[in-house]
Amino acid sequence: MSNRLLPFYATLLIAVVAYGLCVMQFPNMFSTRVLGNLLTDNAFLGIAAVGMTFVIISGGIDLSVGSVIAFTGVLIAVLVGWYGFHPLVAFAIALLLSTLFGAGMGAIIHYLDVPAFIVTLAGMFLARGLSFVITTDSIPIGHEFYSTIQSLYWRMPGGGRLTVIGGLMLVVFLGGIVLAHFTRFGSYVYALGGNRQSAELMGVPVARTTVLIYALSGFLSGLAGVVFSIYTSAGYPLSAVGVELDTIAAVVIGGTLLTGGTGYVAGTLVGVAIQGIIQTYIVFDGTLSSWWTKIVVGILLFAFIALQRVLVLVSSRKAGALAPA
Amino acid sequence: MSTGEALVSAEKIIKSFLGLRVLDGVDFSVRPGEIHALLGENGAGKSTLIKILTGVHQPDGGTIRLRGTPVTVRDTGHAQELGVGTVYQEVNLLPNLSVAENLFIGRQPMRWGLVHRSEMEKRAKALLAQYDIDIDVSADLGRFSVAVQQLVAIARAVDLSGSVLILDEPTASLDRAEVETLFAILRRLRDRGMGIVFITHFLDQVYALCDRITVLRNGKLVGTREAAELPQVELVSMMLGRALAEATHGAEAERRSAPPSSGKRIEFSHYGRARSVAPFDLSIGAGEVVGVAGLLGSGRTETARLLFGLDAPDSGSLTIDGKPAKVLSPRAAVQLGFALCPEDRKTDGIVGDLSVRENIALALQARRGWLRRMPSREQAELADRFVKALDIRTSDIEKPVKFLSGGNQQKVVLARWLATNPRLLILDEPTRGIDVGAHAEIIALINRLCEEGLSLVVISSEIEEITAYSTRIRILRDREHRGELTGAEISPDNIMRAIAAQASASNEGASA
Repeated sequence: MSNRLLPFYATLLIAVVAYGLCVMQFPNMFSTRVLGNLLTDNAFLGIAAVGMTFVIISGGIDLSVGSVIAFTGVLIAVLVGWYGFHPLVAFAIALLLSTLFGAGMGAIIHYLDVPAFIVTLAGMFLARGLSFVITTDSIPIGHEFYSTIQSLYWRMPGGGRLTVIGGLMLVVFLGGIVLAHFTRFGSYVYALGGNRQSAELMGVPVARTTVLIYALSGFLSGLAGVVFSIYTSAGYPLSAVGVELDTIAAVVIGGTLLTGGTGYVAGTLVGVAIQGIIQTYIVFDGTLSSWWTKIVVGILLFAFIALQRVLVLVSSRKAGALAPA
Repeated sequence: MSTGEALVSAEKIIKSFLGLRVLDGVDFSVRPGEIHALLGENGAGKSTLIKILTGVHQPDGGTIRLRGTPVTVRDTGHAQELGVGTVYQEVNLLPNLSVAENLFIGRQPMRWGLVHRSEMEKRAKALLAQYDIDIDVSADLGRFSVAVQQLVAIARAVDLSGSVLILDEPTASLDRAEVETLFAILRRLRDRGMGIVFITHFLDQVYALCDRITVLRNGKLVGTREAAELPQVELVSMMLGRALAEATHGAEAERRSAPPSSGKRIEFSHYGRARSVAPFDLSIGAGEVVGVAGLLGSGRTETARLLFGLDAPDSGSLTIDGKPAKVLSPRAAVQLGFALCPEDRKTDGIVGDLSVRENIALALQARRGWLRRMPSREQAELADRFVKALDIRTSDIEKPVKFLSGGNQQKVVLARWLATNPRLLILDEPTRGIDVGAHAEIIALINRLCEEGLSLVVISSEIEEITAYSTRIRILRDREHRGELTGAEISPDNIMRAIAAQASASNEGASA
C-alpha cells in the first residue's frame, strides 16, 4: 500500500528540506565533517532505536532502553577500572547480561501475558536502580584500548571522519534492514504486529519471536551502552535518562506505526538524522538553547501521529466499504 | 467405528468453556478422498470442533486419531506439520504482509541464510495461477478485495495441507464464479485422496460438493449421513432439531386475529442494504408479533441490524404512523422508540461488571442524555419494579450482572429496553442458551407485551417457539425475505417446508 510508505516519504522529505534550510543559512553544514559528527554523536541513539523499531513493529514497547544503556556503561567502567578486565571482555559480559535481561522481559510479557509497557517500565527502574547500587559516581575509563578505538576513523572525501562508533551504527542499521526484510524472524515480527491471533493461527512461533524481539532490543541497548561508554569514556548511573523516549520519537517520526505491523528500519535512521540535524543547527546558531531540539521533536511527533491517524482512518474506511456486513 | 480407514477422527470429544459445555461427546471422522460437510446452527459447536482438531484448543475429553494413531495436537504449527491445513472463519491472514509472505510465512524459500524473495514471489504467483488469480504478489494483502484475500487464505491452506484440509465458511465472501473455481479445485484435491472438511450454511453448496454430512446441534452430534441419501427437508429438520413426523400436533393453537391495522403502523418499504439483506417490505402494527425464521446466514441478524439502524439501509424508506422517518443510527432508533435485544447477549447485550440496577437504567439514561443523570434512588425504583415484573432472580439489584444466569441476564436486557417504553421491540434469539424454565417465562412475557400493544419482531431458530407466539412469520433464505406465513398457515411443518422447499428450488436453479 502506497499509504504505508507515505509516513516514510514524509519523513525523508522533512529531513531533506530541514537539511536544505540549514545549509542555506549555514553553508558550512554541507560537508562530510558535519555528517561524520552527526553519525558519531547519535551513534548510541541510532543503535538503540533499531532495537526499538523491531519492538514497536511487533506491537510492543521497550521503556528500559535508557536504563540499560546507563547500566552497561557503569558495569563496563567498573569491570575495566576497578577489576582490570580488558574492555573487550567487559563488553562481552555487558552484552550478554543486557541480552538476557531483554529476553527475560520478553518471556514475562509472553508467558505471564503482562503488557509490555508495565514489564519494561519495571525493567527500567530495575536497571537504573542496579546502576546506582554499583556506584553513584561517574567512573572514568582510562584504558588505552579506549583511546585507540577513539582515535580510529576513516577519512571521508571532504575531510569528514567516520569513527568506529559512527560506522558501527551504520552497520547495525544495515543489519536491521536485512533482519527485518530478509529473514523469517523479520516476517514474524511484522506478523505479530499485524495481528497476534492470526499470526498464531498461521503457525508463527509467537512465544519464541516475542522473547527474541526483546532480547534483540536488550542486546542493542547493551551495544548502545558500549558505544556510549566509548563516546564519553566514562560510566555514570545518571546518564542516558529518557533516551528510550528519544528512540521512540525517532522510530515514530521514521514512519513506524505505534500500533505495530508497519514500519521501516531505514525510516528510523531518517528519524535519528532529523534529531541530529536540529541539534547541529543549534550548535551552528550558537544562541539557541539546546532544548529547542526537544520542542521541534515534540512538534514533529504531533504532526506524525496526526498523519498516521488520518492514514489509518482513511484505510479503515476503505476496508470497511469492502467488508461484508 | 471404522477408524482404520479415516485420515483424522475425533472420538467422544468433550469441551467446556467457563462451565458451559460446548461439545458433548462428539464423534467425527474424515476419510481419504471425501468432502465432508459439517453443519449446524450458531453455537452448535462446529468452530470449536475444528479448533480442537487443529490444536487451537485442547479437548477436555476424547481422543483425536491420525490414521488410527492417537495424537495430541499441541498447537496450530503442529497441526500443519501433521498435514492438517485450515482456513478459519474469522479470517485469517495478515493484511500488513505481502501476498507472497502470507502464503509462505514460516516456510519461505531461503538462499544464503536469507529469504529468497524473488523465488518466493515466483512460487506465490504459480500457486495463485491455479486459482486464476493474477495479482501483484509483492503488494500488501490488505490492498485486495475480501474475496481475493479469502482465496489466498484457501490457497495457503491447500498448499500447506498434506492430507486434510479444513475450510470454515470459505465461500461467504465469494461470488458465483469464484465459488465454482474453488469447487473445481476441491474436487481435484478430493480425487487425489485428500480429506476435506467443509463448513458452510449454504445448503445448495453442500449438495453440490459434499459426499457426507455431519450435523451438530447444541454441542451434540445429531448424525452423519451420506449426502446422496439425505433429502433436504430431513437435513433441515436435523439442523433445526425437530423430526417432521411428530410435527403434526398442536399446529391449530389459537391464532391471534390480525390486528385492527391502519393508522398505528411502522412500515419499512423496500428496505435493504447491499451485501447484507435484499430489499424487503415489512409492516408491523401494534400488538403484532412478526416471527423471523430461516437458517443461519439467511439474513436474520442482518435484518435486525438494519431495522435498528446498526447498519444504514442503502435503499428504501420508513414511515411511522404514516409519517416518514429515518433510522441511520441506534441512537436515532432509540429516540423513535425502537429497542433491540441482540443475539450475542454477553458481548452486545449486558455490561457484565455493572450492577443489575445500572444495566436496567442504561438505555433510559442514554435517551435522557448524559447531562441529566438519573438519581440513584430513581434508578433503584426502576430496577426494583422490573425485577418484580419480570421475576429477575438476583440476590439484590447491586449484584454485577455477569453473576446472573443466562435467562436472568436476558431478562435484564429486556428490562432495560422495556424501561424506555418502546413501541417496537426487536428480539434476536431471545431464548438462546437459557434453561427451560426461563425459556417458558420469556415466551409468556412476549405474549404479554404483545397484548399490551407493543410491536415485536422476534428472530429465532427454535421453530416450535416461534409458532407459539407469532402472528405472522417471515421466511428468510440467502439474505432475502422469501415469503410470509399468516394465520392458519403457521405451523412448524409449514415453516420447515417453506425453508427447505426454497432450498431445493434454488438448488435446482444452481445445478441447472
